[in-house]
Amino acid sequence: MNGLDLAGLPVVKPMLRSRWPQLLVTVLALGGFVLAIVAGLSGTPVGNRNFSIVVVWIAWWALLILVAVPLLGRGWCSVCPIPAPGEWLQRGAVLGPRRARLGLGRRWPRRLRNIWLQNAAFLLVVLFAAVVLTQPLVTGLLLLSLVLLAGSMSLVFERRAFCRYMCPVGGFIGLYSQLAPLELRVKDTAICAAHRVKTCYTGNADGYGCPWQVFPAGLRKNTNCGLCMECVRTCPYDNIAINLRSFGADLHRPGERRLDEAYKAFIMLGSALVYAAVMLGPWGWLKSVAYAVGGWHWFVYAVAFLVGVLVLLPTAFYLAVRLGHALARSESEPQRSFLHLAYALVPLGLSAWIAFSLGFVFANLSYVWPAVSDPMGWGWNLVGTAGIPWTPYVSRVVPLLQVTVLLAGLTWSVRVAREIAAQVVVGRSTTRAAGLVLPLAGFMFVITILFLWLLV
Amino acid sequence: MNAERAARWLVLASIVGVPLAVAFARWKGPNLHDARVIEIHGQMPGAGGWSPSALRVAVGETLQVRLTSDDVVHGFAIGRLGWPAIDVNPGQVTETSLTFDQPGRYVFYCTRWCGPEHWRMRGTIDVIGSLTDPAEADYPLYMTLDLDLDAAHPATVVPAERPKAERGTSRGPMLGADYLTPEFYRSQSPADAWLSLRSDPALEDLQDMAIWDLVAWIWDRNTTPEALREGERLYRVNCAACHGEGGEGDGVMAPALKSDSLTDFGHATVSPAAFNDPSSMLGASPALLHGKVIRGGMGTGMPYWGPIFSEDQAWAVVDYLWTFQLDRDS
Repeated sequence: MNGLDLAGLPVVKPMLRSRWPQLLVTVLALGGFVLAIVAGLSGTPVGNRNFSIVVVWIAWWALLILVAVPLLGRGWCSVCPIPAPGEWLQRGAVLGPRRARLGLGRRWPRRLRNIWLQNAAFLLVVLFAAVVLTQPLVTGLLLLSLVLLAGSMSLVFERRAFCRYMCPVGGFIGLYSQLAPLELRVKDTAICAAHRVKTCYTGNADGYGCPWQVFPAGLRKNTNCGLCMECVRTCPYDNIAINLRSFGADLHRPGERRLDEAYKAFIMLGSALVYAAVMLGPWGWLKSVAYAVGGWHWFVYAVAFLVGVLVLLPTAFYLAVRLGHALARSESEPQRSFLHLAYALVPLGLSAWIAFSLGFVFANLSYVWPAVSDPMGWGWNLVGTAGIPWTPYVSRVVPLLQVTVLLAGLTWSVRVAREIAAQVVVGRSTTRAAGLVLPLAGFMFVITILFLWLLV
Repeated sequence: MNAERAARWLVLASIVGVPLAVAFARWKGPNLHDARVIEIHGQMPGAGGWSPSALRVAVGETLQVRLTSDDVVHGFAIGRLGWPAIDVNPGQVTETSLTFDQPGRYVFYCTRWCGPEHWRMRGTIDVIGSLTDPAEADYPLYMTLDLDLDAAHPATVVPAERPKAERGTSRGPMLGADYLTPEFYRSQSPADAWLSLRSDPALEDLQDMAIWDLVAWIWDRNTTPEALREGERLYRVNCAACHGEGGEGDGVMAPALKSDSLTDFGHATVSPAAFNDPSSMLGASPALLHGKVIRGGMGTGMPYWGPIFSEDQAWAVVDYLWTFQLDRDS
């Protein structure tokens, strides 16, 4: 399977080169997005009866975290409606490509060319999550501000600065897209090296230069490739492939590891823990505190959450790395090992989010049918499904799935840790690698047990 | 049409078309075509209550009402008519039709405890037309008697124990006819009635407690088991949330009233009255309690039930309130 080029398949190739299939899905998603904003702002304030809450936080989230991210990586980004209006304005065209551009086209500030802003944006959303996820009005305002922010950034900065550096969702999709069994890469880098114009980056009559500001020949991992397919259209040598590959192939590339991304791994793992405790845990007071945005209880919660995610969790992991160093008698720099080994948390993080999502998605999926038929909660019945009562689906199977996913994530993370340890810290010595990995596996085991306790 | 133009139309359709479609569907609602169909949305009073909250309809005209809630479960009923209440569920539409045969202002109200200010969730229906059965307007008894509903009404005397109507039964027939009229019962507080009986030379041989038992007997013969049952039902549904099931002023909503958290009142609220306190309860006449029920407690947070309860219902509630002080035969 490894290396099968989907873009080379006769059925797929014209679909990727044409702009219409992608545009149609984007416009469909945009229609749903606009409806979610309208429903959020003017529909019923009852969350489970409002399209914005039900379709965005149950249906879309389920599709994203259970299907799109694990299997397609940044597949969602290729049809995401949030940056679309801004990008169309920036390009002065919906289909294009046109050379006439609107906006200032400024370059994104060098110091901000990382995902720290995305980390902050994600944390901001998570801190307000209890309110965002339950109040249609807040969800409507959030979606509206995202599309306005993306639009403004498109008019000030070049290409998709919002997606690359600001989008709170894009940050973690990028992190976990490293696990996907799908990658966009060039077939032969020599062709790219010999190609003087680099139309994949500059654009030509067939398409735009990479909106994600990536030179495809330099792609080593999925994180920053938005699968927008522009390079498939602009490459005159048909040198772009969309390969099926083994899961998690990107995690083995030592040259591509960065602290902002490593921290993203901690943020995601910690946030999943907090979400599981707040949303699915039995502690009513915790829900109330998370919900009481602006009150001093909530401030305590926010500070505790930030300290836990940004300080305690990384510190505990760092101590495990130090202990591993001692056991493995490694003389490597612990900070360097910490950065590399943090990537081992990526599989566990995604499996934790999947397990958490399984916990509420199937229980609440049946809210989708009435919400589609009566999106505003005004008593409509557009497609005849408004009366379908709430029914939890496959509730007996969910705990089994959660346990399986979490244990698979743990195993995968430990394996990745062992490989990274061998790769960058201790070399080929299996005994030393085992010594280094042991405390890390303990750390991951404790995290997994916490999730099992909270979720199952 | 070239491809770019087609694509732009498509985008425009989703960005502008979706909100327009929603607005159109909302505007094109059933009330556009049939003026007698109206959709009423319920929200907790703090969020706006009923919308619309003021309706007009002609006598004999049928009003098709589509009821829905925008937040929690509410109930819909019209005061003084005795029609069954209708549950108003979030996201669902319940339809009913209303026809009024008498003109006047009717009050519709929420019948579900949707929040601490639940009772404020009311609206009006003005029924236009001429009276087919003109009757003289009845003033409530408290106005006829010129009672000050807001004055304190301490009982000048209280019994040593709980008076029992049953113990008064044997001596009841000895009482003069004046004590047995409904007017005497409604206009006297139990304490006043006791003082009147106590000063009656015909009863001077009786112990104080025996007089109290006679008072209980008088009170008992002015009600019926049916009225007490109806009063109890109404009390539980409408009053117990503040005054408590046992009439101790400790209902589930009482702390909210005490904490002055209901700023919408524009003034401090007071703790709900405790009906099991003889020192104030036995100083109130049935007419006074009736007045408080129908007019409400000015500046206390106590709602007014005049437009909601029928005359019989208001008196049934008053009758029931005495069970917190007197043992009734009924």
